[in-house]
This record gives sequence, C-alpha cells and structure tokens, in this order.
Amino acid sequence: MADLGRLYKDGEIIVREGDSGDCMYVVQKGRVDILTKSGDREVVLRSLGRNDFFGEMALFERDLRTSTARAVGDARILTVDRRTFLRGISEDPSLALRMVRIMSHRIKDLTARLTAYENTPHADPT
Amino acid sequence: MIAASRGFAKRWARLAESDQYSLSPGSRVAVIGGGPAGSMFSYFLLDFAEIANLDLQVDIFEPRYFTHCGPAGCNHCGGIVSESLLQRLATEGIELPSHVVQRGVESYTLHMDVGTVRLNAPGLEKRIAAVYRGNGPRESEPLHQISFDGYLNELAVEKGARMVRRMVTAMERTGDCIEVRCADGHHRNYDLAVVATGINSHFVESICGSTAPIRQPKKTTTFICEFRLGRSMIEETLGDSMHVFLLDIPRLEFAALIPKGDYATLCMLGDDIDDDLIQSFFRSAEFKQCFPDAIIPPHACHCLPRINVQTARYPFDDRIVMIGDSGTTRLFKDGLGAAYRTAKAAARTAVFHGVSAKNFEQHFWPLCRKIDSDNRIGKFVFSVSGLIQRARFSRRAVLRMTALEQAGNNPRKRMSEILWDIFSGSAPYREILGRTVHPAYVGGLIWNLAASNWPSARRRDADTAGQGV
Repeated sequence: MADLGRLYKDGEIIVREGDSGDCMYVVQKGRVDILTKSGDREVVLRSLGRNDFFGEMALFERDLRTSTARAVGDARILTVDRRTFLRGISEDPSLALRMVRIMSHRIKDLTARLTAYENTPHADPT
Repeated sequence: MIAASRGFAKRWARLAESDQYSLSPGSRVAVIGGGPAGSMFSYFLLDFAEIANLDLQVDIFEPRYFTHCGPAGCNHCGGIVSESLLQRLATEGIELPSHVVQRGVESYTLHMDVGTVRLNAPGLEKRIAAVYRGNGPRESEPLHQISFDGYLNELAVEKGARMVRRMVTAMERTGDCIEVRCADGHHRNYDLAVVATGINSHFVESICGSTAPIRQPKKTTTFICEFRLGRSMIEETLGDSMHVFLLDIPRLEFAALIPKGDYATLCMLGDDIDDDLIQSFFRSAEFKQCFPDAIIPPHACHCLPRINVQTARYPFDDRIVMIGDSGTTRLFKDGLGAAYRTAKAAARTAVFHGVSAKNFEQHFWPLCRKIDSDNRIGKFVFSVSGLIQRARFSRRAVLRMTALEQAGNNPRKRMSEILWDIFSGSAPYREILGRTVHPAYVGGLIWNLAASNWPSARRRDADTAGQGV
C-alpha cells in the first residue's frame, strides 16, 4: 500500500492567508480546516475531508490566498498546478464541471448562512 | 499503397457526410475491452448521460479478471500514472486509493555512463503513481491490493455499466446497428461499439478494413519484466525514485526501472526491441549498479508487448469509435493519460453530439490529431535526446547542468524541468521543445558544455565517475 501527495502533520499549515499561490489542493487522506482571522479570533469556515479541494481561486486569479488551510491530524494532500489545470480545461472544458458544481454548492451554503445571520437579532453597537 | 490510401479516404469521406446517428433513451453501447480506456469511457459516458438525462445501457466486454496474477490478469504495461493524469483525475474527483498504488514516486534518478543524478519533485510530493495493471507478476502471492484496471472496472460498474465476461471475436454492421459476436456464440446488436482492446489483440486487425474503413495504427515492440527484490531491498536500493537510463546503446530510446511493492518493473522502449538489445542493456554497468552487489536477479515475469507509434486512420466510423491504444496514444509516454483523454472525448461526443462518423470527425478526431502532431514533435525530441545519448561530451554537460540545478536554490531549473517532463510525459512535446530553445536554457547548456569538457573538469569527472553526483 502506498500513498500519494505530501504528508502534513497535525496542525501543520498547508497554505497561509495572504500568501501568493499558483495551485489548488485535493485532500487524499485526513481532514483539513479552512480558517480565517476575525480580529484576534480564528474562525473555521469549513472542514474538508477526502476528495475535497481548496485553494481553487488561485487557479483563476493571481490574488493572495484569502484563508488559511491547516491539517487536522495527519493529512495527505495532492497539489494541482495552474498550468496543468488550464491545459486540461482548454482541451476539455468538462474537466471543470465538478469544480463548478461544488463551488455552486458552496455559494448556496454561504447564502443560507448569510440569510440565517441577517435574521438573527444583533446588539446595536451604538 | 497510395491508391489504397485514397480508397480509404474516399470511403471515409462518404461516410463522414452523414450525421444522422445519435444515442437516445434506452440505447445500447458495447465497450470491447475493459482496460483503462474502456472503463473510463463507460464511466464518463454514464456521467454525461446522467447530466443529459439519458438512460443508456453500457456493456463492457472483458473476459479477463484483473484479480489474477501474471499474464492472465495483466494488460502488459509499465503501470505509471503520470503527474498530469493524477492531477486531472483528482480534479474529476477520482482518487487513487492507497490499496491501488504500489508506490508513490517522488523523484527520477538519471543513470548515464558519466555519472548519476537525482531529480526531485517540488516539495518531494508524490505525484506519480506506480501501479499494477493486473494483480502482480506471475508466481507472486495474490495481493490484498486491487489492480489499477480492476479499480477502474469497479468505478464504471458503480456508475451503472455491466461487465460481460465474454470474448468478442467479431463485429459486423447489420442495418442500423453494430452486431457484436462472442466466442461462445452470444451475439447482440448495439447502437454504438467502442473498441478499447489495445493493440495486443487481433481484434483491431480483424475489424480494420472489413467492418469499417479504418487503417490500423503502426506498432513497435517493447520489453517489460519484473524483478522480485522484496520491499525492504527496494526501499534500500531504489527507494521512491524511478530510475531512468540514457545509455549509448543503438536502438534503445529509453529504459526505466520502476519500484513497486515487492517488485521492480523494467520497461525498455526503442526501435523493435529484440534479445540482442535486451542483453546489451543487461550487460551495462549502469543497470547492474541498481541491484545489490551489482547482480541482476532472474526476472519473475516478462513480456514483449507492442505499443502504438502512429495513430489509426481514421479511428472512427458510423457507430464505431476506437479509443486508447487501439486509436492513438502519446509516443512512448503517458499511455494511460492518452487513454483517459481519448475515452472522455469519445464519451462527450457520443452523448452531446452523436455517434455518426461526422460527429466523431468534428469532436473526437481533433484530439487524436493533436496527439498525433505532438508525437511528430516528440520524435524530434527523442532524436535530439538520442544524439545526447551518443555523445559523451554532451552527456557530461547534461549531468553537470542538472546536478548544479538540483544542488542550488534557484527555483528555475531549466534542464531538470525538461528532463522531468520527458521522463514523466507530463507536458506535451511541443511545450518541451519550446523550452529547449529558450535563450537562458541554450546559454546554460553552452556554458555547461564548455565547463564539463574542460580538461581539468574531465579529470575530476574521471575520478568520480560512477559514484553519483
């Protein structure tokens, strides 16, 4: 039996918010938390498992990473380079179909969370 | 010969005028051959059909069980899933589980008479998978692992394909259908027949010309064998590195020793490999030094499979398409990647466009042509690599340039990237050729040609030859 990708130990940072990047990541084994900073607090945006991907925005735009990815327990991660990905979709646009489906689910999930947040009564800061 | 070609072209052009055939709910598809091309075609066909709300019946004809050890369950191939294929499969959501992967490869070790150098993957990430196409070599113990081909069969079956354990012996056009006939007398009509038998069976020869105006691909012979070394010995001697050889042996293009579980697989590619060529390679010191005490153990299993070196003309007809090695593949490299690409292109065409020759000509043939034209550039790349193999002074320069790049911190490693992509088949040959004419690469190569062949450098090399760089 053999594993692919690179092994990240528990708590190891895979990508850091604010770093530049040119690849996305696919979880082969283990779990990964996607985090962002809210003031001094760390907020877990999403918890990912086998076959989930993250960091996909770096494939489409040359922007800085918008969140941090951290291994929860030992995690095996495979990278997908921008060059290989773009070469792939230029030949076969359906390669991006699964990503579009998952990204659309994520938008749906975010919309539901935003609606729930908007409907929660908040203390008036003034 | 020319008249025959014209005849094929005319007949094909007439057929290509029709685009009246398409798949409809309840259509039947026969996939002849359950190797990677056949399984991936079935998987993607059913995936696209689900999107298009099309209910199809897919039968994969494969008489072999990939759970068998040795030739009975083997598809005669080195068993390398390239970096680019692994990344594409991961993007598709198809992971290779650890019980299918015999070893993750994190580097290449290049052996030449002037020395040895190791090329590491960025971050030492394992992005190349060594797999078995069957369940291991002859006389090996049945493994708990599933073969790569067996795993893909499972994925296709989970999507809804049906495995038919029968040997297809003939295919005939009957009215508006293709009749598939089996050795046991079973026969059935299909709306689309997909030929994914590879080129090591006589099936492709039997249908080309008689059933469809298709000229079969050109082939050459390769050599593959397995050495039983044991897991710990492999860890100690070969590690997670694929060992490649650039040696001055006539007709030998490339040889690689691929570490797997308890075995190492040797693949030799070249101009019609024969016993003389195999013996010349086995006598080389560079190959012997890969084994403990430089003694090559007897091989457990060997074969001389043929590979496709020129695309079939044209690998489709009304209701017939040839994918994977039966149609086209990449020259010497990434055969599994080409099987995936052609299988998916054929599946996309069948579901979204139709199954007439014209549909395949418009939506499937451009990919085959692209692979074919890239192979022509590949032939040129391999001929240049052959010149380097033959000239000792150029081998010294390649070794020096690569070793310095690997030891240094410069993120741009031009020679290493070119060698990596030639060995792994990760990039098209066109892109590799483009990088070899970059002024920085050419300048670096000229400098290293001079520096490595300077008399003092040659004396130093002579003192350290064979000890690795």
